[in-house]
Amino acid sequence: MDFSLSTDEARFRDGLRAWLRENLPASSSGRGQITGDTQTLEDRRRWQRSVYEAGYAGVSWPVEFAGRGGTLMQQMIVNEEMAAAKAPDLINVIGLFMAGPTIIAHGTQEQKQRYLKPLLRGDEIWCQGFSEPNSGSDLASLRTRAVVDGDDFVINGQKVWTTLAHVARWCILLTRTESVEAAHSGLTYIIVDMQSPGIEVKPLRQMTGDAEFNEIYFTDVRVPRVNVLGAIGEGWRVAMTTLMHERASLGVGLQVRSRIAVDDLRTLARATQANGHSRADDALVRQRIAQLVIEVEAMKFNSYRGLTQMLKGEEPGPEGSINKLMWSEVNQRIQETALEVIGPYGALAEGEERAPQRGRWSYSFLRARANSIEGGTSEVLRNILAERVLGLPRSR
Amino acid sequence: MNFGFSEEQGLLRDQARDFLDRECPTTRVRELMATDSGYDDAMYRRMAELGWTAIPFAESHGGLGLGLVDLTVVLEEMGRHVAPSPLQSSVGLAGMTLLAGGTEAQKAAHLPGICDGSQRATVALVEDSGRWDAAGVRLPAQRSGDAYVLRGEKLFVSDAHVADWIIVATRTGGDGNGGDGGLTLLIVDGKSPGVRLQPLATMDQTRRLFSVVFDDVEVSADAVVGEPDQGWTTLTRGLDCALVTISAELCGTAQRVLELSVEYAKTRQQFGRPIGAYQAVSHKCADMLVQVESAKSLTYYAAWAVDNDADDAPLAASMAKAYASDAARNVAGNGIQVHGGIGFTWEHDMHLYFKRAKWGETMLGDATYHRERVARLLEL
Repeated sequence: MDFSLSTDEARFRDGLRAWLRENLPASSSGRGQITGDTQTLEDRRRWQRSVYEAGYAGVSWPVEFAGRGGTLMQQMIVNEEMAAAKAPDLINVIGLFMAGPTIIAHGTQEQKQRYLKPLLRGDEIWCQGFSEPNSGSDLASLRTRAVVDGDDFVINGQKVWTTLAHVARWCILLTRTESVEAAHSGLTYIIVDMQSPGIEVKPLRQMTGDAEFNEIYFTDVRVPRVNVLGAIGEGWRVAMTTLMHERASLGVGLQVRSRIAVDDLRTLARATQANGHSRADDALVRQRIAQLVIEVEAMKFNSYRGLTQMLKGEEPGPEGSINKLMWSEVNQRIQETALEVIGPYGALAEGEERAPQRGRWSYSFLRARANSIEGGTSEVLRNILAERVLGLPRSR
Repeated sequence: MNFGFSEEQGLLRDQARDFLDRECPTTRVRELMATDSGYDDAMYRRMAELGWTAIPFAESHGGLGLGLVDLTVVLEEMGRHVAPSPLQSSVGLAGMTLLAGGTEAQKAAHLPGICDGSQRATVALVEDSGRWDAAGVRLPAQRSGDAYVLRGEKLFVSDAHVADWIIVATRTGGDGNGGDGGLTLLIVDGKSPGVRLQPLATMDQTRRLFSVVFDDVEVSADAVVGEPDQGWTTLTRGLDCALVTISAELCGTAQRVLELSVEYAKTRQQFGRPIGAYQAVSHKCADMLVQVESAKSLTYYAAWAVDNDADDAPLAASMAKAYASDAARNVAGNGIQVHGGIGFTWEHDMHLYFKRAKWGETMLGDATYHRERVARLLEL
């Protein structure tokens, strides 16, 4: 065991830190999510461009596809340092963590040449069309249909929970090319130009009041057949690559985000007074915060164990799913504890002057409810752990 | 960055598992539970021959010159087998405390016997208040010329019946109401006149606890471990090691419960299907996996941190113990639930693991105690 960085890695980290000191945008909102607000979108696009130009986007991607050709360790250092500096998310999150790695794994040479560089530069934003109103956890039951017609697919259907669809140029779309009975084997993974005629994007307002997500309606949308990723009927296998990368990338990023949230909670508890005492002097509050700190630390070391396996060239272990499951539940308890610490101020809305930090905890409390649903519900993740890690029989 | 075990550590784990599978199946554990001593001295000597008792000590003291990470590997396997053995108290607790604060003469006198398995030792800390902190130590050691005279009772002393020497935490100053000063650690010969043992009937019969009464027991001033009145500082370092080794045992115990439960859930049929096909059962198993893996992650890091004297070593040790304590109790409890009625019988092994989990949770402070220590170390 050795938790130190090599000389090269330390130099890389120091270089990144120096770059962040010079280049981090001053007005980072601290909100992780991207909403419809155009100013934020433009800021984030500019931010990604500058991160790319400094060589910190696509760190572990091959050089021939505009990546840095760096190591997994360097990628982890970037994730940790960006989160620790509370840097804004890069705008192209779906592209970087889902579409890009899937294209690298399954794309043709032409597709890699065409899509990856503009993706890394933030010139072309990507979105993901997987979930449908009637296909959430049971993704393979999806009904958005792609019918071959000459050199094109003709696509009809509806997708939902599509982050960034309103500004995206491309969508990684999972479609049905065979009957519903064919289930997994009847799916095809297609790259769709969001500027195509017949695509309508409507914002989806969520319980926080924001609209981070969209619905997309496809009516007779024509897409060239060469836009298939993988092969016709291979969509499920390709989609699994996307989801694996989603959870693996969540693994490292999320534990850093939780560490920041729990640090903020400690500060909040210290600063909040009740009956002449700091809330941090309350034995129950201390117990709850300490437990959260411990679980966040456990997530950190879970992800380091996973990283060690990957550095040895082994397949990532179950840590990705374990950490996603832990993170969502830990983050919800962090938020619940924060609102309990501030008592009746927790009943106030975001933006209210009298609320601590203008109600930021009220917002994050509400936003955290999605954590155990997005990126795989806790129930689906427990199925994955039970069936694929423990080898228990399928429950369906 | 390498958060994995070395090839040698992998071999050590294989060796430990093979040995214990062969020498210490639960049928043997049950036989030993029914004996007076509660363990097999010949088995202990064979473990010593394999080098397990010598792992963390310097070669000059008869040790292997390895570290706490290596010891963790062996103790995790011991926990997996609910092995009855004074290895935890002799090596993880007393040996590491002596290593942390003993003089060269003390180490030269006592460690070779621990390493070769000819001697056993323990630590006597807690009294009838049940407190694991410095304030719980009241037993006085009166200075009398060149000697100390101990009078009082210690409780929950592990394996005192086989201890050739005992490190006793005594009060030599302060009032016990503030600060950690005023404690002195003294090495007492287990056979000294005035040392009286009374076994305490334990829930986990694979682990033996004692009341040890010191009836005007006299020891010379060179029996002090570390500095007089500064004993807590030394003891804390020893305890941090033992927190890691007990956490490792808890990880092994919980891992075994998980494996047995998954195996049972795959084969036990109800309503025409294996019970593991029901999410009420399979999701419980998934939660057990999350807890087992997280307990291991915290424990392995804590072993490395304590071994390397990292700044966060005390924090890491308490985090591991807090998490592993709750995890092992939960996992073992869920293990009984997954097994249903058979899991509640004496015949089935589940209760061995459940009781061991409770033993480990209780020893050296439970999760509540260590969460408060974490809060204090973080200046919350």
